[in-house]
Amino acid sequence: MNKEELSVIGKPLAKVDAWEKVVGAARYADDFFLPRMAYAKIRRSDHPHALIKKIDTTRAKAVPGVYAVITGHDLPRVKFGILPVSQDEEALCIDKVRMVGDPIAAVAAVDEETAERAADLIDVEYEVLPPIMSVEEALAQDKVRIHEYGDGPNIHKAVAFEFGDVEEAFAQADLVREDVFFYEGNTHLPMEQHAAVAQWSPDGKLTLWSSTQTPHYVHRALAKTLEMAPAHIRVIAAPVGGGFGGKTDPFSHEIVVARLAQLTGRPVKIGLTREEVFYCHRGRHPVLMWIKTGVTKDGEILGMHFRSYVDGGAYGSYGVASLLYTGALQTVTYKVPRYKFEGMRAFTNKPPCGPKRGHGTPQPRYAVECHLDKIAEQLGLDPAEMRRRTVVDEYTKTANHLTVTTCGLRECIDRVVEASGWREKHRKLPYGKGVGFACSSYLTGAGLAIYWNDMPHSGAIVKVDRGGGVAILCGATEIGQGSDSVLASVVAEELGIEPKDIRVVSADSDLTPVDLGSYSSRVTLMAGNAAVQAAERVRALIHEAVAKKLEVAPGELVSRGGRVFVKDDPERGVSFAEAAVLAETLHGTLACAGSYTPPKRAGKFKGSGVGPSPCYSYSACVAEVSVDPDTGDVKVDQVWIAHDVGRALNPLLVEGQVEGSVYMGLGEALMEEQVFRKGLHKIPSMLEYKSPTTLETPEIHTILVETVDPEGPFGAKEAGQGPLLPVPPALANAVYDALGVRIDERPTHDEAAPLPVSRAALSRGSGTHDGRPRSRGHVRRGGH
Amino acid sequence: MLVQVAINGEKHEAEVEPRLLLVHLIRDILRLTGTHIGCDTTHCGACTVLLDGRAVKSCSVFAVQAHGKEIMTVEGLEQDGKLHPLQEGFMQEHGLQCGYCTPGMLMASYAFLKKNPQPDEEQIRRAISGNLCRCTGYVNIVKAIEYAAAKLRQGGS
Repeated sequence: MNKEELSVIGKPLAKVDAWEKVVGAARYADDFFLPRMAYAKIRRSDHPHALIKKIDTTRAKAVPGVYAVITGHDLPRVKFGILPVSQDEEALCIDKVRMVGDPIAAVAAVDEETAERAADLIDVEYEVLPPIMSVEEALAQDKVRIHEYGDGPNIHKAVAFEFGDVEEAFAQADLVREDVFFYEGNTHLPMEQHAAVAQWSPDGKLTLWSSTQTPHYVHRALAKTLEMAPAHIRVIAAPVGGGFGGKTDPFSHEIVVARLAQLTGRPVKIGLTREEVFYCHRGRHPVLMWIKTGVTKDGEILGMHFRSYVDGGAYGSYGVASLLYTGALQTVTYKVPRYKFEGMRAFTNKPPCGPKRGHGTPQPRYAVECHLDKIAEQLGLDPAEMRRRTVVDEYTKTANHLTVTTCGLRECIDRVVEASGWREKHRKLPYGKGVGFACSSYLTGAGLAIYWNDMPHSGAIVKVDRGGGVAILCGATEIGQGSDSVLASVVAEELGIEPKDIRVVSADSDLTPVDLGSYSSRVTLMAGNAAVQAAERVRALIHEAVAKKLEVAPGELVSRGGRVFVKDDPERGVSFAEAAVLAETLHGTLACAGSYTPPKRAGKFKGSGVGPSPCYSYSACVAEVSVDPDTGDVKVDQVWIAHDVGRALNPLLVEGQVEGSVYMGLGEALMEEQVFRKGLHKIPSMLEYKSPTTLETPEIHTILVETVDPEGPFGAKEAGQGPLLPVPPALANAVYDALGVRIDERPTHDEAAPLPVSRAALSRGSGTHDGRPRSRGHVRRGGH
Repeated sequence: MLVQVAINGEKHEAEVEPRLLLVHLIRDILRLTGTHIGCDTTHCGACTVLLDGRAVKSCSVFAVQAHGKEIMTVEGLEQDGKLHPLQEGFMQEHGLQCGYCTPGMLMASYAFLKKNPQPDEEQIRRAISGNLCRCTGYVNIVKAIEYAAAKLRQGGS
């Protein structure tokens, strides 16, 4: 469809849920106050690794105002976890705790303070075990084990793939370079702390409102851990106050409030403290990476060998997928004809890592893009031009069997090079000022579901009432990214009405068809396609009825501007409301369902399920920095980013996603880190876990590139995660341009020497070519 | 202790413990849940309200300190069914995504624009630097405040 033919798509419209958020009417999970409601608190482990010898709840139960105190013995002994292969979590730990913050017991009481006091009075006897705080410690011995499963003692998962003979590629290369990089962990820090409210009705049915990105997976976890029929459980995602991947797992607190509601017969609410949120985590994995690439003198990549050592924390979470993602997408950005990947994820006694915006790909992207910058310099090539030449071809298959459809990366590169004045600035700015370049690609929805099944990944129902009212029912979860607006926009476009005239009912397992959740940048494409299909079906019914009335063929009709009319004779037509009456008269109640299942394109090898996607987005970024050579203080002056979004369904919202991604990438690059000392989070508060304010966030120039991908609704691809990826390496490359100092480790500061590039100064001259990872003597380890 | 306050023009009183934080009076007792809690450490600014016209983080003020004073929360911005230009600005300029920080942003910028009706971008950024947002990268929040400032100068509200 041409842009001119679209009335809603492509227009910068306000979010459909904006009004309730500017008047304070949106009800987040913690805003629920139900009659007779009790408040829950969880007693959590004080030790990073210990056996539980005894839990005595006597003193807690005696506190006036306490309704119930439970331990793991009051729940079915069933473990859970987001991935079927890593069912290793307990809602309340019974025999063993594996991290500070592990849940042990829970209290429901008349108010939050009473619940907290009682939780403190639960006596837990531990037998303390030696903690394992780093990948190196995890591998160093096999006597202390965190879990009894995995690919080795304390090895959650080890994987190895080789696509083509990389050694042969290296032998043919003009230059072979090796580098080692370390990317520290960091956390999502959504503004809303997790909260959940459970209500048990006398007929034995459970309703849970939660701040979750994945109500469907919470639904499944509740059914499993409570041993209940899924049909008796209703899960509703309340408006989510930011997720970024941090609310994508089912959590113990959701199971605990459900059980407490059942036992007390009262609604039970829990709101996690900010400190608890830091321990719930599931954020960015710390990853140590080794990369070796063989290139021609023109910078063409002949082969790449990549290794990642992933610090997983205490539980599986999404870890197997996260690990595979550290190796999966290297081939999607540039042509990499031969590719080898080896990776392992270790268990450590720290909060489990999982998916944070970009899930497992910002770390390798950092490594690849800093590595390519060094290669370009060695070859005497312009880093932007070198990348431009090696961009992946459209409609191809990568070495690791990923199908690429549209790719607008070359245009992205050209646009940021132009807009930023790259050619005039790179290697030409005065000492202390510099520009850096990087690119990336990201999936538009995971091609496979978390659990194996052949059902759709997303479903939507479009219902039209006889007054012309349209409602969309869809399981998609609005976490701020604009999923409700996407649904309203595509249906409005199909039916020729305004998004504001549509009601969106989302993320309610009783009312809405399943959508797998707001993760892997899947919602616009998958829920969007499902909603388009549902709307097309309803429109066909409407056109059939109107055609009968006007005595024309249905194919002659169009729906636009709130009317259904004859395309070549626009005066002949009826209002949308009249059309709805005609259609209901002819067909009966008007409601159509649509669904979406991604194409099955995964390769036929174990581990091929992570990486495939209907299509990939592309980004190119230039960062400009000023660095104080004396203090090492990095100031980001401007960022230019071009993003291939396929088609911007609503450019205002797409730009918002891109700008938010740039901001979050800068936070990771400059200051954010999730680090531990003796099992305790060093900085579990917003005061100390620094994130950028308005003053550290620079001017961001956003350029949208459209390639109109055949897989997406109206050609749309993702926008919510991909644009984060090139930002940290562009920044690191800019610091190099400014000072001649490489930063092979992020974030770019160190508390031991609080100068942003001091650590980098130590690694000056790194990137040896002797085939061994360079000494990491100066590299901080997460656990010490 | 008895606390009497006027909140968004309505008089309320409540018997509270002296250590109760203002944010809990607003949310838990008066049930005005538009004011959010985001950190527990006074850093995020989601709970910002106006106390006698001054923007305060309501998690860092005791309820009893508000005795006899006027409080304005996000629920008080809309007047006679008409959105305040700041609310309009946050909608039109896409100054919010998840919306959790929005009430605090609105109240901080409301107080700021009263003091400085013709701010430049730098002044806006400084004024809301005590309020964190994780979604937007702040770009459109700044634009939303500029939108409101322009509209207020034209006598928009």
